[in-house]
Amino acid sequence: MTPSPVEARSTVEAPSVTEEDRASAPEVIPLIEVRDLCKSFGPRAALSNVDLDIFAGQLLALLGPNGAGKTTLLRILATLSKPTSGSIRYEGVDMTREGTTLRRRIGLLSHQSLLYEDLTAHQNLAFYAIMYDLAEPEERISEMLRRVGLEDRREDLVRTFSRGMQQRLALARALLHRPSVLLLDEPYSGLDPRVTAMLSDLLAELREEGCTIVMTTHDLPQGLALGRRIVVLRRGRIVYDAPRDQVDERDFPRLYDELTD
Amino acid sequence: MGFLRKVGAIIAKDIAAELHTREMVSAMLVFAALALLIFSFALDLQGRAARAAAPGVLWSTVSFAGVLGLSRSLAREQLNGCIEGLLLAPVDRSAIFFGKAIGNLAFIVTVELALLPLAAVLFSAPLLKPAVLLVVALGTIGYAGAGTLLAAISVNTRAREVLLPVLLLPVVVPALIAAVRATTGLMEGASLTDVAGWVNLLVAYDLVMVAVSMLTFSYVVEE
Repeated sequence: MTPSPVEARSTVEAPSVTEEDRASAPEVIPLIEVRDLCKSFGPRAALSNVDLDIFAGQLLALLGPNGAGKTTLLRILATLSKPTSGSIRYEGVDMTREGTTLRRRIGLLSHQSLLYEDLTAHQNLAFYAIMYDLAEPEERISEMLRRVGLEDRREDLVRTFSRGMQQRLALARALLHRPSVLLLDEPYSGLDPRVTAMLSDLLAELREEGCTIVMTTHDLPQGLALGRRIVVLRRGRIVYDAPRDQVDERDFPRLYDELTD
Repeated sequence: MGFLRKVGAIIAKDIAAELHTREMVSAMLVFAALALLIFSFALDLQGRAARAAAPGVLWSTVSFAGVLGLSRSLAREQLNGCIEGLLLAPVDRSAIFFGKAIGNLAFIVTVELALLPLAAVLFSAPLLKPAVLLVVALGTIGYAGAGTLLAAISVNTRAREVLLPVLLLPVVVPALIAAVRATTGLMEGASLTDVAGWVNLLVAYDLVMVAVSMLTFSYVVEE
């Protein structure tokens, strides 16, 4: 049985820890703490009073219909957009003040590839390697091109790549600097089956390596298949938040419709 | 060191992209050469009158051709959201500004190097003097600095091709006037000391424009 939204939220926000546990174990501190976050575009509120704790190593699937505020939240987490009010802390460090330092730890795969079409695949990655101060960049570039299956196209201009190939290279760019937090905005949209499988394998590898992943999607089966924690946004507010193992796959679509209707 | 390395990487990236496409410099060059030819035939001046018109024609042509390059340079960052890739990286925003501005300066100077001999021939003007080249360099620094900032503002609008010249040309008027007056004086045989007032104005304009653009660039490119 899928927990009700309120039950689900309390499960994640206040993990049941006994006094004994509290005394013997170190406190579980969220990697990212979002508090009372609001974002408005003119009179329209895109996010309203969002509170969210993201723990290290989690794969959080952020679900919601179009216009729910998923991309806005992801852009704020990526430091690309500033909140209207509220705060975000990465391991206790205020993101709005220490953004430049924190960016080193964040990777983003967005709707757009963030790639220069008039440069080759290698030139794109080499450029970003300098931007992220990578040590031994050539080794890392070759490794990433190999991982996404583009090593034989390294000297080809990006504008000659298919959409799938550009998406693979965009993934290599996002992972080039070994981010500890990976933000994925609708990563599966428009991918062919081969790239979809490659992305799923990479995400599994990253999870094993302890990478924290936040992924937005409006594809429920995809979100449930990959997410280890499910969060639903509706009109800029979190209306559901539960660990994946508490979500009933058969019951969830009906609940999701009720929540987002 | 890291700052300079990143500035250098942004410049190198822009040059590499231009070498692959050759669309920006070639468009500026063709436009500038055609404009010079049109001015030359339309004014149909000879001797002293032609020489007197040369600095104004030269600087007008450079400023209009520069708009083409500046617009394209920032549009390249907009394509595929590349500017967001830069903003995501741990890079000081002033490094992005300097990288883009120096890259733009290099492209405009490349066009000017081709334009000066052509203008010298068409208007029988002694433009290929070291002192004139210094004034051209000073005028172009302020133009590229202000242009990079204003191109970053206009690139996010729908009417960017229209908006950039509307924003840029009034801002660069002081530099254009100083550059035209200094170039005219130098062509007529004056020394740098004789036109020091105009040259000082150019230097002051460059310093103010580069400082203001550097300080405000982050507000323009960040949301």
